[in-house]
Amino acid sequence: MSIEVKMAWRNLWRNTRRTVLTIAAIAFACLLLVFMLSWQFGTYDVMINTAVGIHSGHLQVQAKGYNDKQAVYQVVPDPASVSAAVAGVPQVTAHTLRAKAFAMASSARRTYGAMAVGIAPASEAAVSTLAKLIFEGEFLAKTDTDQALAGRLLAQNLKIGLGEELVLLGQGRDGSVAATVVKIKGIINSGQDVFDRSTVLIPLGLFQESFAMQGTVHEVVLRCRSLQDVAPVKLQLQDKLAAQIKSDTLVVLDWTELMPGLLESIKLDLVSGFIFYFILIIVVAFSILNTFLMSVFERTREFGVMLAMGTTPGRLTRILLFESSSMTLIGILIGALAGAAVTQYFAVHGIAIADAAEILREFGLPERIHPRLSILSVTIGSGIVLVITFTTTLYPAFKVRRLIPVQALRA
Amino acid sequence: MPIVECDAVNKIYQQGRVEVAALQDINLHIPEGAFIALAGPSGSGKTTLLNLIGGLDTATSGTIRVVGKSMAKLTQTQLAQLRLSQVGFVFQSYNLIPVLSAQENVEFVMLLQGIPAAERTGRARSILDTVGLKDKYKRRPAELSGGQQQRVAVARAIVANPAIVLADEPTANLDSKTGQGLLELMQQMNTERNVTFIFATHDQMVMQYAERVVYLKDGRIKTDTLKQHRDKVEPK
Ligand SMILES: Nc1ncnc2c1ncn2[C@@H]1O[C@H](COP(=O)(O)OP(=O)(O)O)[C@@H](O)[C@H]1O
Ligand SMILES: [Mg+2]
Repeated sequence: MSIEVKMAWRNLWRNTRRTVLTIAAIAFACLLLVFMLSWQFGTYDVMINTAVGIHSGHLQVQAKGYNDKQAVYQVVPDPASVSAAVAGVPQVTAHTLRAKAFAMASSARRTYGAMAVGIAPASEAAVSTLAKLIFEGEFLAKTDTDQALAGRLLAQNLKIGLGEELVLLGQGRDGSVAATVVKIKGIINSGQDVFDRSTVLIPLGLFQESFAMQGTVHEVVLRCRSLQDVAPVKLQLQDKLAAQIKSDTLVVLDWTELMPGLLESIKLDLVSGFIFYFILIIVVAFSILNTFLMSVFERTREFGVMLAMGTTPGRLTRILLFESSSMTLIGILIGALAGAAVTQYFAVHGIAIADAAEILREFGLPERIHPRLSILSVTIGSGIVLVITFTTTLYPAFKVRRLIPVQALRA
Repeated sequence: MPIVECDAVNKIYQQGRVEVAALQDINLHIPEGAFIALAGPSGSGKTTLLNLIGGLDTATSGTIRVVGKSMAKLTQTQLAQLRLSQVGFVFQSYNLIPVLSAQENVEFVMLLQGIPAAERTGRARSILDTVGLKDKYKRRPAELSGGQQQRVAVARAIVANPAIVLADEPTANLDSKTGQGLLELMQQMNTERNVTFIFATHDQMVMQYAERVVYLKDGRIKTDTLKQHRDKVEPK
């Protein structure tokens, strides 16, 4: 080991308590960052997967403009050919057809506005989690013709129960009056208030018949193997649709376009997180700066002697940088390991979020959230701390270059 | 050719609005191998003169030549280089790097000079043997007495074979017996290695070791006494 490294190392332990405290501050910042980032990434995963699972799916094929206006006449005219195109994409695990329209839902006692959704029960169960969200009763079966599922809050508002009749009244694709009577077969509780307050699910066939759809649908909903598949599948599908169907009225939308609010709230959460991290690290950086300036200031005379002997300022800087970087690295190593350990613990056990923020609940988050330990959260977390603390220590290390030997010797 | 030449040297410090003349019209030539004392009361300019000779500070006017080089013409880096190769320093106290052992302190200078590690160890130990610290290689400065620390400082100043050693009140913090021991060591290095020693002191006893005493007062040279033979100093 070179004398310079020895010097740096021993200098570090000249004031053990100060060094330990500084290392602890760095380690703590690092731990917190690793954990918080893992937590954030974990919630995003849950939020996206939950929301994607409940209704949007990973991707949808729709008529151009439908996503914005949701008008009944904006249809996918030939669902079978889209289905065929979709079926040829290996990353797509399942797809289903849906048709949707606004309708007045009336029970014997009350009337509420609702979104009537026609679903194909078998393929729907493979694409979304709706089948698993039955709160009461049963999910629709393939053979059902006049049965319906209602969102829990809607059923509550309508004061309607299993087996009771519900009248749906809306406007068909051709402008005609659409009316149908259904029997409640089940109550759905997704945890997402908006969905639970407005949704009535009916068999697709019944929907198409009542709303004069003439075999068309509004959405072809796709599920991919994972979130990572979404972007490539989207591109592939766009090409396929253009080539096979030669239609320019169909678009492929991914979950970020289908649920812009979700992406926005993730971005917002990330930004507010980073503001917090930034403040945290600035505080840590100042404590390191203070420690390091003090330890350099205390040694002014020593540096004077070294300069008098013919030590170059560059070498002084190097010795100080050895010192600060070993301190920083020890802190970060401890922090990253501890952070990973703490995160892993909670990744396994989960953390109960009793009072989840409104915005989270809107997207149907579960009761427990599991932070997701990833290379990304560990490296980003420690990386940020490393860059900021190291930059901070550059200041004293370079300040020492401005020492004038005679003055330093008088200190 | 003298190893140190000072001609019409002035050093003026600006202290706020007041100008302090630390050195005035200094003319001093020191031959190679000299063992010379800069004497004078506190504030007379001894340290200032040593700093100018060692290239730690620059004169306000006049010329200073060390080993033939005119100091005013050298850059900071060249001055550092000159100090490294030609000048050894011994200060009054806190000479050593506290986190390094005696041997490492001596090695540090050789590290700066780029001498390979294997050679450094041998040379450091042999010079520590010479200054009488044979069994103290691994001691940190805090584990050495004041006299031993100054011996390490002398060893460090001398190890790189400089032309001059500048010692600023090297014995001021030592008791007189220890101080005498250090001076005898410096004398021995002076004769054995032909290194020029210039040391500042205001101690009468210390001056007796010098072969020449330059007496400063208020920044001027008052007397410059050359003694034919070094005085024999009786221990008290
Ligand atoms: N950096 C400085 N600024 C102002 N005055 C100084 C400075 N260094 C030394 N002096 C003044 O120069 C004079 C000589 O100082 P110095 O060389 O330290 O004397 P000595 O070493 O003989 O005690 C003193 O009056 C001192 O106050
Ligand atoms: Mg002095």
